[in-house]
Amino acid sequence: MTTESHVHHPNYVKIWAILVALLIVSVLGSLSSIRGVILVAAFGVAIVKAYLVAKNFMHVTVEKRWVPYLLVVMIAFVVILFAGVAPDVMRHDGLHWSNDAAKQTVETGMKAAPKQ
Amino acid sequence: MSATAKPIANTRSVTGIPTARLITWWVIASEIVIFGGLLAAYLMHRLGHPEWAASASHTNTWAGAFNTFVLLTSSLCAVLAHKAADALDGPRAARLLRLTALGGVIFLTVKGFEWTTDIREGFVISSGGFWSYYYTLAGLHGLHVLAGAVIMLIVASDAAKNRELQRVECIGLYWHFVDIVWIFLFPLLYIAR
Repeated sequence: MTTESHVHHPNYVKIWAILVALLIVSVLGSLSSIRGVILVAAFGVAIVKAYLVAKNFMHVTVEKRWVPYLLVVMIAFVVILFAGVAPDVMRHDGLHWSNDAAKQTVETGMKAAPKQ
Repeated sequence: MSATAKPIANTRSVTGIPTARLITWWVIASEIVIFGGLLAAYLMHRLGHPEWAASASHTNTWAGAFNTFVLLTSSLCAVLAHKAADALDGPRAARLLRLTALGGVIFLTVKGFEWTTDIREGFVISSGGFWSYYYTLAGLHGLHVLAGAVIMLIVASDAAKNRELQRVECIGLYWHFVDIVWIFLFPLLYIAR
């Protein structure tokens, strides 16, 4: 037995075809030499793909309202973590501090990296 | 428990959502924090270390893209299995779940070849910051794929006999989440250079 269906089943093959088309866009975008194009093709397309999977395959939008709330709260926790820690990690110096080890690692790594 | 008795997780629905599905959503919620925390940590380090771009250029974009295709296709099979379960067609749901699990096996096989190549070229988990995150993120995700595939096969064996069909949707939800995690790992590890 199963619980009664709580979802309307759309044309899943069509959604899959859209997802594959978006994958092709992101791979083709990665071949570009323009940084902006690469970023949009990679992360913009990833967000759209994730939304399509969550909406159509996971049926998040037809779940009880607190399920998307729960998921959004968890994502908010991750954003808070990022916002709280990133300034110290992404920057290697500040008003009264300097992360010399990180600076040196970047400097050494950039010297060793092949010229693009 | 008699053969016809149902576990309480499959019959109780206090919140308006069957408890089994409710638990699945809670698992996914906790996984968001686990993967989200790791991804956030990777992202902030990646932005603070431009030299990691040189390491990232060694990852195989085509292998990553192929694996994305495999996971998207396996997600299609999982949702079609859910549709079949809703129509009370257990044998079809079981076949589709086994195809989904096969997708997981193909994904892990490609990952295995990829890692073998990386390791042969000298890029191991201790080769630098990028490689530490690469193996940790992809490894943790791979473990989730493996666990999902095993559970999928167990659910399929019951579904084939038209038993416990409500589980088909639950394992499908988990699988789609694993797919979404990879959707973000692919650009982070393979495209951003």
